[in-house]
Amino acid sequence: MDVQSLTFLIVGATFVLYIGIALWARAGSTNDFYVAGGGVHPVANGMATAADWMSAASFISMAGLISFMGYDGAVYLLGWTGGYVLLALCLAPYLRKFGKFTVPDFIGDRYYSQAARTVAVICAIFVCFTYVAGQMRGVGVVFSRFLEVDIATGVVIGMGVVFFYAVLGGMKGITYTQVAQYCVLIFAYMVPAIFISIMMTGHVLPQTGFGGMLSDGTYLLDKLDGLSAELGFAEYTSGTKSTIDVFFITAALMVGTAGLPHVIVRFFTVPKVRDARKSAGWALLFIALLYTTAPAIASFARVNMIDTINGPDGNGTAHAEAPSWISNWEETGLIKWEDKNGDGNMFYSGDERNEMSVDRDIMVLANPEIANLPAWVIALVAAGGVAAALSTSAGLLLVISTSISHDLLKRNLMPNISEKKELLYARGAAAVAICIAGYLGINPPGFVAQVVAFAFGLAASSFFPAIIMGIFSKRMNKEGAIAGMVSGILFTAAYICYFKFINPAANTPDNWWFGISPEGIGTLGMIINFAVAIAVAKVTREAPKDVQEMVESIRFPQGAGQASAH
Amino acid sequence: MSFESKQKASDYWRENLKLMLSLLVVWFVVSFGCGILFVEELNQIRMGGFKLGFWFAQQGAIYMFLALIFVYVYKMNQLDKKYGVYEDDEPAEQTSTAAAPEARQSQAQQLQGGH
Repeated sequence: MDVQSLTFLIVGATFVLYIGIALWARAGSTNDFYVAGGGVHPVANGMATAADWMSAASFISMAGLISFMGYDGAVYLLGWTGGYVLLALCLAPYLRKFGKFTVPDFIGDRYYSQAARTVAVICAIFVCFTYVAGQMRGVGVVFSRFLEVDIATGVVIGMGVVFFYAVLGGMKGITYTQVAQYCVLIFAYMVPAIFISIMMTGHVLPQTGFGGMLSDGTYLLDKLDGLSAELGFAEYTSGTKSTIDVFFITAALMVGTAGLPHVIVRFFTVPKVRDARKSAGWALLFIALLYTTAPAIASFARVNMIDTINGPDGNGTAHAEAPSWISNWEETGLIKWEDKNGDGNMFYSGDERNEMSVDRDIMVLANPEIANLPAWVIALVAAGGVAAALSTSAGLLLVISTSISHDLLKRNLMPNISEKKELLYARGAAAVAICIAGYLGINPPGFVAQVVAFAFGLAASSFFPAIIMGIFSKRMNKEGAIAGMVSGILFTAAYICYFKFINPAANTPDNWWFGISPEGIGTLGMIINFAVAIAVAKVTREAPKDVQEMVESIRFPQGAGQASAH
Repeated sequence: MSFESKQKASDYWRENLKLMLSLLVVWFVVSFGCGILFVEELNQIRMGGFKLGFWFAQQGAIYMFLALIFVYVYKMNQLDKKYGVYEDDEPAEQTSTAAAPEARQSQAQQLQGGH
């Protein structure tokens, strides 16, 4: 069977699986729809959280990104895993004990204010739409590369599948499809990585192969540093970003992770407070499997690519004799060759001798071909990419629909609607959100890539401090929290907007405050949020007695009960 | 209030904070310390094919994060038991086994106390 029919077969089989799970896990109540009935096993929730969290960007782009950034790639590796320590130690158990459905629920109740709730709802919806547009695009891209349908058709098929299980099953359907999607995506990621690690270093585990020796007796990373120096790139193990920028970006991504509503809400679905703690550990374990493999793939792929293009003698390989994966990816425009010196050889370098342009996404997608793996592995990678994109979209869409039906309608505008009505509105909101996300996926606004910095910056500078102070400071009042959130968001948004949209030409380290790039500014926004909130709370009346008692009651696990609306 | 006294409640919270802060110090040291601020110094040390600082930044810190969470889970469960705020397993299961009526009674009291 050829690659394309195998891909249809495997991707089709995974779709049948997801739809089957959706039929089995239909939601009967708002409790099912919002928090999967609150009865998800902590290990299953860990897998679902991992799939929820790891998007098309983690699966397809991250290893390639690291491959081109070298040491600097650590900002993603540390930033997107370290946040789970904050979640497990500072947020998840307390929010689980609080026992409501959403993040705006907590903000609204803790700060006894509809204004605070509304600010939180707007942030949640904005963060989620930003993200989900990118995911839908990812589905479309995978479809178009592997199945040769156009991107729009790919997006519509992906929308159809998500529509089915998100609208029908709500959180319950999403949770169990995410468990299946995690299994598909991690298998698809590990198989080529293990094969390549064995071929290049003799190590079965990519994590140890990363520090292993190549067949010529040099260590992989030393070889990479040597090649980088020879070809005019920055040293692979050193990177180019300033220390302060690496520090701030890492912190913004960590804190942003801990503040993202679609991640936090997953911890409302487990039965007990201690399950919430344990579940965060399992989630990180499942995430770490991919995140410790990615930097290994990055270095394998880079050595492989340079060797293939520049040849064993380092003078370039004749284009006519290039392996077939080069010409395959040239057809998609992701590899380009321009024979500048007219010798018919390809050459890749970081200076004026360079004749190649290589898209970072192919590092994962072309891996099976580079390593000459069988066709079913290529099909598997396609299914993994789709699984990663679908699972994240579904989690985000659920937060959007919950924000509208629960936080905006039930808790704010129309408190008297029946549960049945609320469920209907939730399904309707999910359906509308999927259509908007699909539209954004087919017609992506040019700024999708830029606004991802927004999502993390906003979560870091708004939700995280408000939740932390809500738990760890009994005195913190609504005046402080709202002033903090508003100043944190405004500062962060203004900085990002200035450098990304208003004056992109000025986006260089010389113009940045303290050398902090827009990606890392959320950390400063968070500090401002904390400072403003504490200052304002000092001069205003402390939180009322009943709120302080509530804070006391979320600080110990016993009596958590089921998550509920009341 | 499920604690025996207000004193117990604030002791529990103080021990919890102490554990949390000490784990967060480790969290900061392995990621921001070893992986970012002191990466150059640590890169002078080699561990097999890795420079140590680089290894912390791209591998080691992630393993430490994992260990930190599981240590926290273990220690907190102990702390919950010590202060009598550990959550019981499914109440339905316990009531169906007729073995320990006193246990059931005390559980019912605790549940009442919790609300």
